[in-house]
Amino acid sequence: MTQGELLKTTALTQTHRDLGAKMVPFAGYDMPVLYTNLILEHHAVRNSVGVFDVSHMGEVFVTGAKAYDFVQFLTSNDVSVLTDGKVQYSCMPNNEGGIVDDLLVYRYSTEKYMLVINASNIDKDLAWMHQINQNFGAEINNQSDNFSLLAVQGPNAIKAIQKITETQLSPIPYYAFTEGKIAGCDAIISNTGYTGAGGFELYVANNDALTVWNAVFEAGQEFDIIPCGLGARDTLRLEKGFCLYGHDIDDSTSPIEAGLGWITKFNHPFNHSDFHLAIKENKPTKKLVGFVLEDRGIPRQHYPICSADGTVIGEVTSGTMSPTLGKAIGMGYVPAALSAAGSEIYVEVRGKLLKSVVTKLPFLA
Amino acid sequence: MNFPENLKYTKDHEWILVEGDEAKIGITEFAQGELGDIVFVDISSEGETLQSEEVFGSVEAVKTVSELYMPVSGEILEVNPHLENAPETVNSDPYGMGWMVRVKLSDTDQIEGLMSAEQYREMVGA
Repeated sequence: MTQGELLKTTALTQTHRDLGAKMVPFAGYDMPVLYTNLILEHHAVRNSVGVFDVSHMGEVFVTGAKAYDFVQFLTSNDVSVLTDGKVQYSCMPNNEGGIVDDLLVYRYSTEKYMLVINASNIDKDLAWMHQINQNFGAEINNQSDNFSLLAVQGPNAIKAIQKITETQLSPIPYYAFTEGKIAGCDAIISNTGYTGAGGFELYVANNDALTVWNAVFEAGQEFDIIPCGLGARDTLRLEKGFCLYGHDIDDSTSPIEAGLGWITKFNHPFNHSDFHLAIKENKPTKKLVGFVLEDRGIPRQHYPICSADGTVIGEVTSGTMSPTLGKAIGMGYVPAALSAAGSEIYVEVRGKLLKSVVTKLPFLA
Repeated sequence: MNFPENLKYTKDHEWILVEGDEAKIGITEFAQGELGDIVFVDISSEGETLQSEEVFGSVEAVKTVSELYMPVSGEILEVNPHLENAPETVNSDPYGMGWMVRVKLSDTDQIEGLMSAEQYREMVGA
């Protein structure tokens, strides 16, 4: 048996293969990393519209009378500010000062939430949720294998999708959702995404995925819509300074160090909140920053970050050539003293120290 | 996929075009396709004499970086100056304008140990 046969598939895996996508194993799934050209796919999303199959993402429903209390303790952001139909970016702190996963919290009501989690963490997250839930007694229902997720992203996404739904999309604010029909299929229509380019994410049943995929492409034809792979998804999110779990945040990083103080609300107790409050009050010793290379080269995950004399002071967590900016950009942890915009740091690339400048995130406004 | 008959190939996906005791070296059409959009060709070994299979530089694509290996031993005479500002040429014309280095061969007999176009095609299954 080859590795490919062990990988999980999405409802659209064969569609991607038929389109000639380059497939790679990602989080245990056989996923398209690119179709024709990463830079082309990147620009399509920034300038018009592109579609990602991100059906590997996990969807977990939390219901019952204890749902609110459970989610409020499980996650670092403040669920009390959510209203029905709103979405919130958050993270689940572990007991060791790090992050189990980052996630989106969808509120249907105070007795029904959908948590959208990273594919690579589904098993870990579920085990963690059940452990925390021992003190709450909410109902936890993993629906990950039953949902397909299409991220239709870019400034023209709304115009394309509006052609195939009767739901009025323009009244749906950023980080809000509604239930409706797309091309006649039941869908959760969510004004969210991981590209910073605008657009919607459409959660549909696996059986409807191909119908919706085809309808979106037909509707988007006039906008030169194209399918986009995980490669472009990564360059798009990095230009916006969005964290990627397993790279910029993980089981050992505090959200305070990661610049996620804005989703870490100490007006309510959450799991291990005292630990992160202490980091905040004592000021973190290291911080996740963005930087731009001035010397020629490209930073990659795990490359050392150094001071001018070559002393290692941190590590690159994400890096790429930014297709929009035409510059090499990266994120990584540095000592707090060097975290201010304008600080000079060096990235060690194949034995050479490349001069870099700490830059305010996002790289692309 | 195109693998010209007049070139020799390595398992690391370099090609070599021998002209007397000199040769040009680049990466194959298969290699450029696997790498994707090439954004930087980093070769600082000009003037050095390197052994077969030693690293002579790196090629950076958007998503990945790959090292470049000498197919045979030789001295790096020249790095393709065109790639400084147009690294994407390696994608568009890997066997032509996208060549990477010109070398002086230390031992022309080493060429015989490399793969033919047919052998390379079989290796990559293309």
